[in-house]
Amino acid sequence: MARSRDLPLDTDGSTRFLPWLVALMVYLAALTIAGGAALHDAVDSWNAGLAGTLTVELPRGATGAPVPQDRIDAVLAQLGQIPGIAAATRLDASVEKRLLAPWLGQDVDVSVLPLPVLIDVQTRPGVALDPDTLAQRLAIAAPGTRVESHGAWLSRLFRIAGLVQVGAAAIVGIIGFVAVLTVVFTTRTGLAIHAPVVQLVHLIGASDTYVARQFQWHAFRLGLGGGGIGLVMALVSYGALRWTAGQGLLPGEVGLLPSFHLPLLGWIAILALPLAMGLVGLVTARRTVLRTLGRMP
Amino acid sequence: MVRFENVGMRYGSGPEVLHDIELDLEPGGFFFLTGPSGAGKSTLLKLMYLAERPTRGRISLFDRDVAALTRAQLPALRRRVGVVFQEFRLIEHLSALDNVALPLRIAGQEEARVRDHVVDLLKWVGLADHVHALPRELSGGQQQRLAIARAVISQPSLLIADEPTGNVDDAIALRLLYLFEELNRRGTTVVIATHNQALIDRFGHPVLHIEGGRLERRPGRRAVI
Repeated sequence: MARSRDLPLDTDGSTRFLPWLVALMVYLAALTIAGGAALHDAVDSWNAGLAGTLTVELPRGATGAPVPQDRIDAVLAQLGQIPGIAAATRLDASVEKRLLAPWLGQDVDVSVLPLPVLIDVQTRPGVALDPDTLAQRLAIAAPGTRVESHGAWLSRLFRIAGLVQVGAAAIVGIIGFVAVLTVVFTTRTGLAIHAPVVQLVHLIGASDTYVARQFQWHAFRLGLGGGGIGLVMALVSYGALRWTAGQGLLPGEVGLLPSFHLPLLGWIAILALPLAMGLVGLVTARRTVLRTLGRMP
Repeated sequence: MVRFENVGMRYGSGPEVLHDIELDLEPGGFFFLTGPSGAGKSTLLKLMYLAERPTRGRISLFDRDVAALTRAQLPALRRRVGVVFQEFRLIEHLSALDNVALPLRIAGQEEARVRDHVVDLLKWVGLADHVHALPRELSGGQQQRLAIARAVISQPSLLIADEPTGNVDDAIALRLLYLFEELNRRGTTVVIATHNQALIDRFGHPVLHIEGGRLERRPGRRAVI
């Protein structure tokens, strides 16, 4: 079994700052993953929240007069007769106030606003109602009634969220690429610095693999250690974000966005970053040493 | 054991430092290598311990054509060769024990056996009190004995020593030569480059004399003491 101390790699000036570079890379990667995962989770929750729902909108009259109650009752009665609908509930003023709060503030008086009447419709599981057909049917009782299935809005949201997540994945990929380049550079520098000892152990009978093992485990330790530091920094930042959100300083607290929540998969990805960085270091250092030594006569 | 056939050697585009070397060292032999400074002794030894490849000609080591060996095949062959370098080439951050243990560890020997083996040898070369000393804490003579211990620890088939007695007094030099003879009796082929004519005369082994890049083999002749 090869010992890993024949080469004094721990005293290298070239690797002194490597753990801190790795720490910063892991920190950035962790925050990027956290953002991407939180967004994914938010999109899922929006999707789940809006699945199986329709919104029926009864517009006010041309003069802005309120919608007559009998017209509202007729529409609710119509909805109650459709077999695929589980429930139909008119949104009351308190709900309207909460929905408008992100834009108009908590103290908005919805009674003075020319709002349409909104009816929240819950469909039965597995039932897909065509919004246009439903709108035509309801228009008999209340002309001008519109039905919104949220599909178009959701698909735009998914597209934007998908682009953001691709961007996050690209950033993590770039960080990994930079990590590889850094390890290649420091490993080559280490080989140059320790060339006399490397040549000596070769003459004593060491194989290229023996030399590579020393570099690879050194890089693994640096990657793991630096990654650990970066992880701690990221967790502190995440805690600070959560705390800030808890103080009501983030938009998630007023209903525009879901609260900043990291799903289990996100936690696993972030906690695995130091090990991943260690393994990147290990594999890169090994390949670099073997390729470099392999070119020697 | 070691065979050179029409070997020539030059460094880069410089002049040829070894010319048409013909050499056949039989297994179990003990040879002194002599010659003036700059004659090519160190280059000849480097070719023997596979630190250099010849510019021309053919070298066989342990009946293997060196030119035909792949890089992956070299380590196993090198482990059969012990080398005492002229400038010692000890690893500065390793203790005496770890320096001497290096060939055994590289060969993958069990750690439990390595320590006892190394400590015994360090006692034998007079470094029992310096097991944990770093090379810089040792005198020139002690470093040389350490380098010799590292070269012989794995009982190599071929031992090559470049001026191994250069930095030690006569008593230690004699003791080291007896150590080499003991290894030789156990089957190790020994090649020692030295300027010490008294030692050459005293031990009387065959001499490989190199001068102007050309090699001449002279029979051994033990002096009457």
